[in-house]
Amino acid sequence: MLNISGTQINFLKVRVITFILSAILIFLSIGAFFVNGLNFGIDFKGGTLIEIETSQEIEISGLRDNLNTLELGDVQVQEFGSSKNLLIRVEQQLGGDQVQQDVVQIVKDSLGSYLSTDINFRRTEVVGPKVSGELIQSGAIAIFVAVFAMLVYIWFRFEWQFSLGAVLALVHDVILTIGVFCITQLEFNLPIIAAILTIVGYSMNDTVVVYDRVRENLRKYRSKEITDLLNLSINDTLSRTIVTSVTTLLALLSLFIFGGEVIKGFTFAMIWGVIVGTYSSIFVAAPLLRYLDVKREWNTTSAVDSTR
Amino acid sequence: MLYFSNLKIFSVLAVIIITLLFAVPNFFGKDQLETFPNFFPKQQVNLGLDLQGGSHLLLEVDTEEIIKERVENLNADVRRVLKKNNLNYSNFKVSNESLKFIVEGFNSEIQKEISELSMSNSQNILAMGDQTNLIITQEENTVQINFTEEFIKQSVSNAVAQSLEIVRRRIDELGTREPSIQRQGSSRIIIQLPGIDDPDRIKSLLGQTAKLTFQLVDTSVNFDPFNPSKAPIGSEILASDADEEFKYIVKKRIMVGGENLVDAQPGFDPQTNEPIVSFRFDRIGATKFGRVTQQNVGKPFAIVLDNKVISAPVIREAILGGSGQISGGFDSEEANDLAILLRAGALPAPLIILEERSVGPDLGADSIEAGQFAAIIGFIAVIIFMIFVYRYFGLLADIALIINLFMVLGVLSLFQATLTLPGIAGIILTIGMAVDANVLIFERVKEEIRNGSNMMNAVENGYKRALSTILDANITTLIAAIILFFMASGPVRGFSITLAIGIFTSVFTAFTFTRLLISFNAKRLKPNFVGLSKNA
Repeated sequence: MLNISGTQINFLKVRVITFILSAILIFLSIGAFFVNGLNFGIDFKGGTLIEIETSQEIEISGLRDNLNTLELGDVQVQEFGSSKNLLIRVEQQLGGDQVQQDVVQIVKDSLGSYLSTDINFRRTEVVGPKVSGELIQSGAIAIFVAVFAMLVYIWFRFEWQFSLGAVLALVHDVILTIGVFCITQLEFNLPIIAAILTIVGYSMNDTVVVYDRVRENLRKYRSKEITDLLNLSINDTLSRTIVTSVTTLLALLSLFIFGGEVIKGFTFAMIWGVIVGTYSSIFVAAPLLRYLDVKREWNTTSAVDSTR
Repeated sequence: MLYFSNLKIFSVLAVIIITLLFAVPNFFGKDQLETFPNFFPKQQVNLGLDLQGGSHLLLEVDTEEIIKERVENLNADVRRVLKKNNLNYSNFKVSNESLKFIVEGFNSEIQKEISELSMSNSQNILAMGDQTNLIITQEENTVQINFTEEFIKQSVSNAVAQSLEIVRRRIDELGTREPSIQRQGSSRIIIQLPGIDDPDRIKSLLGQTAKLTFQLVDTSVNFDPFNPSKAPIGSEILASDADEEFKYIVKKRIMVGGENLVDAQPGFDPQTNEPIVSFRFDRIGATKFGRVTQQNVGKPFAIVLDNKVISAPVIREAILGGSGQISGGFDSEEANDLAILLRAGALPAPLIILEERSVGPDLGADSIEAGQFAAIIGFIAVIIFMIFVYRYFGLLADIALIINLFMVLGVLSLFQATLTLPGIAGIILTIGMAVDANVLIFERVKEEIRNGSNMMNAVENGYKRALSTILDANITTLIAAIILFFMASGPVRGFSITLAIGIFTSVFTAFTFTRLLISFNAKRLKPNFVGLSKNA
C-alpha cells in the first residue's frame, strides 16, 4: 500500500539548495532565450505548413533540395511520426498577406511533378504576417493577464505575502517552461501558449492547497516557529500533492505517447509544467513565505474559513 | 453532513442522469438515432474542423481600397464644382484621405455646393440625415477637404457588411455543406467550411472582386496593341484577360455595370460549342444598353472584368432585348465560376486572405482515434492508481470519474460546444485533475482518523474542511481557462471549454455524488477503506 501520510521531511532545510537550483535554471532559461531564442512555429512567425502522406517512402534530402530550388526562401522538410508522413515548412514570403497564398499552389505543383507516388494532403496552414503578429501579442497578453489575475485572487483570499510568494513561484514556472523550449528548440506555437496558461492554473492550484494549510496551521499553532510550521504544512499536504501530480502525469503521459504527433508539443509542455509546478509549490512557494513576514494574528472569526 | 434529504438525493441524481442522457447520442450512428423516441436528445458533440476535416479562412476587406475610391469620387465632384463656377485652382493634391488645393474666390456658397453634391452621391452609403460628410477648412486661398471620421467608419462598415453578404452568396452557390460565415472585428470575415480540405476553388472565387462593366472601345486613335501610347483624356489602357501583353484603349465612361445584371448562367454557344456565360439585364440596364448599342452600331465595345478585357465584340445591331452572352475562351468550369460571380455580385473592395488552416478528413479521423485511445489508456492508469492508493474510497472516486467523463460529453452535446483536438487533450487532462477534489477530501478524512476521530465524524469533517481548499484550487484553474477562452480562437478555444466543463463536473461530482455513495455505506465504513492500515 502506498502511504505517504504523516511524513516529517524537513523541506525548509534544503531551501538554500533549491533556491540556488531554481536561480540557476532561471538564469539558464533567460540565457537560452537571448542566445537561442524561441523556435517560433508558423502561428507566430508566419509562413506555410503542409503535411503530406505518401504511399511510398520518400527520400527527404532529395525532396528538400528540390523544394529549395523554388526560390521561396528557406524550405524545411522533416518526418512527422512516420517516414511516409512529411512536414513541409516554407518561411514567410516578403510582400504582405496576399503573396503567402501563392506558396501553397507552387509547392503543391512542385510536389506533384517531383514525387511519383500518391500524395495525400493532410493539413495546410498559411499564416500571414498580420495575423502572426497579433497572435504573439495576444499570447503574451494572455499570460500576463493570467498571472495578474492569480495575484489579485490570492491577495483577495489570503494576504499580500501569500500573493507575492505564489506569483513568484508562478513566474518561476513560466520562465522555466519558456526556457525549456529555448533550450530544446522545440517548436513554439499557439497550443504551447494554451499549455502555459494551464500550467499557470495548475501550479497555482498546487500552491493554493499548500498555502491553505499554512494559513490553517498559523491559526492552530500560534507560537510555532515559522520554519517548522511551513514544514508541517508541506508534509500535511504532501500526500495530496503527489497523488494529484501522479494522476495528472499518468493522463498526460498517455496523451504524449498515444495522442498523435499534432499535440505532442502541447503535451510535452504540460508534462514539464506539471513537474515544475509541483516542485515550485513545495520548494519555492512555501519556503518563500519564511522571508515574507506572514501575519501571525489571524482573526479566528474571519469568514475565510468558517469551519474553525 | 452525511445525511441527505430525499429531495437532495433526487435532485443530484436527476442532474447526473439528465446530463448523461445528453451524452448517449454520441455512441450511436445518425441512422440509429432516427429510431429513438422523440423526447430523447439527439444532438451529438459538434466536432471542430481539426477533427472532422475542413477549411478555416480568415479574410480581411481591403479598407484602404474603399477609402481610396471615396476620395477619388470626391476628387471628381470637387473638380466639377470648381469648373462649373469658373474657379481656377492650382497645386491640387490628392492624399490618402484628403484633398488640398489653392484657389481664389472660394466661398461658403461653393463650399455648400460641394457638400451637397458629395452628400447626394453618398446617399446610398449612409443615412446621416442633414449631417455633412465633409470637413472643409480654408486658410486664405488654401482649401483642404476631408471626410468626417464617422463617414469613413460608416463606409467601411457598410462595405464589410456588403462583402459578407456577397461572400455568403458565392459560397452558397457552390453548394458547400453547412458553411459558417461570420464577421470578426471591424473588417474581417471568418469562413469555416466543414468537409473541404482543398479550398483552392473557393479561394479563387473569393479572390476576385468581379466588377463587370461594359465600356466602348476608343476608336478615335490608332495604336499598337502590344506597345500602346498614352490614352487620350477620358480613356484608359486595359490589358486583355487572355493575354497580358495585348492592350485595349477603352473609354472610361461605363455603359452598363454588373449591378444591373439580374441573372447569369453558364452555357454553350450553339454554333461554336464554346463555353459561354449568358446574362440578362434589369430594366434600367436593358434600356441603357439598348440606347448605347443603337448609337454605336459597327463599333466594338469591351466587356471588362476586374479591369481586364474579357472580349471586345463589334456591335452588329442594337441589342434591345436586355440579354446577351460573354465568350472569352473559357473552359466550362471557368464559365460556371464567372456565372456564379456575376450572379452573386461584385465585392465593394478586394478581400485579402490573412490565414488559412485546412485539415484533410484522414488526419481528423486519425486524431480522433489517437485521442480516444490515449483517453482510454490514461483513464485505466488513473483508475488503477486511485484504487491502489485509496482502496474502497479510490473505487468511489473512480466511479465518480467515469460519471464525470460522461457528464463532460453530455454538457458538450447539450450546449453544442465544439470539440477539437486540444479539447480532447482538455478532457484527458480533466481525467487526471478530476480526482483532485476527491483526493483532497480523502486526505482530510485520513487525517481526521489519525487524529482519533471515528469514521463517521472523519468523513463529515473531511468534507467540511476540504471545501474551501477545493474551491480555491479549482477557481485558479478556472481563471486560466476563462482567460484562454477569450484570448484564443479555433482549436485552442476548444481546450479551454472542455477544461472549464471538467472543473465544474468534477467539483460537482465530488461534493454530491461521491458523498452520496459514501453516505449510503456510512455505517459499514472502516479505516482501511480509505487506504489507512488498521493500526494507523
